[in-house]
Amino acid sequence: MEPIRVLIVDDEEELVSALEQRLNLRGLEARGVTTGAEALEHLAKEPCDVVLLDVKMPGIGGLELIKKIKEQRPDLQVILLTGWSSAEDAEKGKKLGAYDYLMKPVKIDELVKVLLSATAR
Amino acid sequence: MVEDVARRNDMEDAQDRLISQRRYRKMVIVVVASVSAVAVVPLLIMSVITYRQYEDAFHAELTRPMLRFAEAGKASIESYLSERLSALAVVARENSVDELRDPERLRTLLLNLNQTFGGVVDLALIDEEGNPVTYAGPQGTGTSVSHADDPWFREVTGRGMCVSDVFQGYRNLPHMIVAILHDAPDDQPYVLRATIDTDAFHWLVRARSARRPERDPVCRRCHSLGVLPFSDAFIINQERVLQSSSRLYGNVLDPTPLPGLPPSRQAELLEIEDEQGEPLIVSYAQIERSPFTLVVLSPRVALHAGWLPVRRDLLLFPVISALLIMAVVIWGSIYVVNRVREADTKRAALYHKIEYTNKMAAIGRLGAGVAHEINNPLSIITQKAGLVRDLLELSSEAPSSEKLMPLINSVLKSAERCGRITHRLLGFAKHMEVQWENIDLDMLLREVLEFLEKEASYREIKVEFNYDEEAPTIVSDRGQLQQVFLNIVNNAFAAVEDGGRIEIGIDRLGDHAVAVSIADNGVGIPEDQLENIFDPFFTTKKGAGTGLGLSITYGIVQKLGGQISVNSKVGEGTTFIVTLPVHRSHA
Repeated sequence: MEPIRVLIVDDEEELVSALEQRLNLRGLEARGVTTGAEALEHLAKEPCDVVLLDVKMPGIGGLELIKKIKEQRPDLQVILLTGWSSAEDAEKGKKLGAYDYLMKPVKIDELVKVLLSATAR
Repeated sequence: MVEDVARRNDMEDAQDRLISQRRYRKMVIVVVASVSAVAVVPLLIMSVITYRQYEDAFHAELTRPMLRFAEAGKASIESYLSERLSALAVVARENSVDELRDPERLRTLLLNLNQTFGGVVDLALIDEEGNPVTYAGPQGTGTSVSHADDPWFREVTGRGMCVSDVFQGYRNLPHMIVAILHDAPDDQPYVLRATIDTDAFHWLVRARSARRPERDPVCRRCHSLGVLPFSDAFIINQERVLQSSSRLYGNVLDPTPLPGLPPSRQAELLEIEDEQGEPLIVSYAQIERSPFTLVVLSPRVALHAGWLPVRRDLLLFPVISALLIMAVVIWGSIYVVNRVREADTKRAALYHKIEYTNKMAAIGRLGAGVAHEINNPLSIITQKAGLVRDLLELSSEAPSSEKLMPLINSVLKSAERCGRITHRLLGFAKHMEVQWENIDLDMLLREVLEFLEKEASYREIKVEFNYDEEAPTIVSDRGQLQQVFLNIVNNAFAAVEDGGRIEIGIDRLGDHAVAVSIADNGVGIPEDQLENIFDPFFTTKKGAGTGLGLSITYGIVQKLGGQISVNSKVGEGTTFIVTLPVHRSHA
């Protein structure tokens, strides 16, 4: 069985790096990028099952990135990761097609659970 | 420093409220005074004018019969005297001196006069020197005493006729003298004198008043005067000695306490006081060609007895009207001013609410910014520490793991705690608009209590948390519910003494509602204050509260479709119960 491929998109490089390693340790295949542009580039080249996306990012923001991802890959699941507890943003993201949202700081087990749930659909 | 500022603000608020109360009281007074002035003063002026007019009219109506009585009595008495004087004149003209010198002739004349007029006691002829010449009457031949010094004789020789005062005459009966001077050019002068029984006066005065009114419509009022026990009619002379009997002052020749009456040929009206100081109304008329004055007298109080009910009605009408107007004006003024005060209070509450909302929004924005800035590094710490723990778990070096794992777990626990703090901050950072989400009430209440756990610890306040295992997750607004429960729990903390107890419970109420109760064993709230507890600016904290907390709490609960109630007993404690719908409310 192929591992779940996760693309982590967050402007905090340290966070991306830690999450990448922790998910990999749990049997997932995680890759991290720090900008929206890099994410789009990665998605254009590499296969991916689910995107873990920070809402607030410089350049292309999380919500805008959802739109672009859904344009390219409507079936790709997106999970929002936000430090801004804005239900408004979360609702907007959901309307744009996001699967769910999680608040920082997120617990790794909770994150894995949501990732598994998203890819099981 | 902050406490000083807060205390100063509270004092200023209290002062503002006091000034406001004075302002509204003053407003009531001004409105009542101005409306009363417009409504009541003209009524009172009109009433005074009407009263005066009625009083004057009534007085005139009451005294008119007295004047008529006096005028009619005067005419009767003058006629009576005139008849007697004329009769004497006829006797003198029709009889020569020689005939009058004849006692038999004089007796015949006396008899004729009595047959015609009655009441003539005797008849005497007196020469110009005052010496009696002939006498016909009950004293036989009469006396030989000269009348030259008698006042009546001097008067008759001076004026040609005379009517004397009443005197005690023969057989101690009251008499008066009527005399004429016969001074014809072809005859020697002499005086013809008649003594008249004054019983006739009594008849003239009293009989007039005793006439039956239906036969004498002019004197109908006189009759009423005559029969009334308080009224009196009599004749006095110039020395105010009774010339006829009086109901009030006694018998003939008794003196009266009346003051001197101004001379008047017509009937006049006068108000005097008797010896006791009681006002009397006197109508009087001088009898011409005599020393007599007819007096009709009535105590003012008795005369005005009929006026009293009219006066009572006249006074009652404006008084009752004024009282009614005043009652309506006062009620209306208080009502209007209360409405103004309510409007002012609502407006002030709205301003405060806006201010409070803005403040909360500012705090929210600040909290959100802080939370956001902290969350990112916190996430990194959490994930990095988590990664270390992952690696340690996978590591084969057990001793290192055993030493490092507790440290890593401690880091993770602290990070988690920081995470909860930022969660709470973010809860308050949410907009004032209701944002519906699934809420675990148990969790939410525990988060609220975390804010106060330090204070509970310092003050040794025991917080018991009982909840229904089957309590459902509800759909509501997290931030606003946090605010609601924080306000109520804060109040409970303020109410209890150190070492007190606070019980929080969650109970399911059927399928559609849950009730959260927060009970303390604090001082309690007096019963008369309970109904105002949710009013804006109402506080029991004696200068330490804004009076807005529970008002805002009430508003939020209503907005979320719930209800809030309070039970309290002084000295036993207070219980707030917040009932919330399980599902989203469209209230």
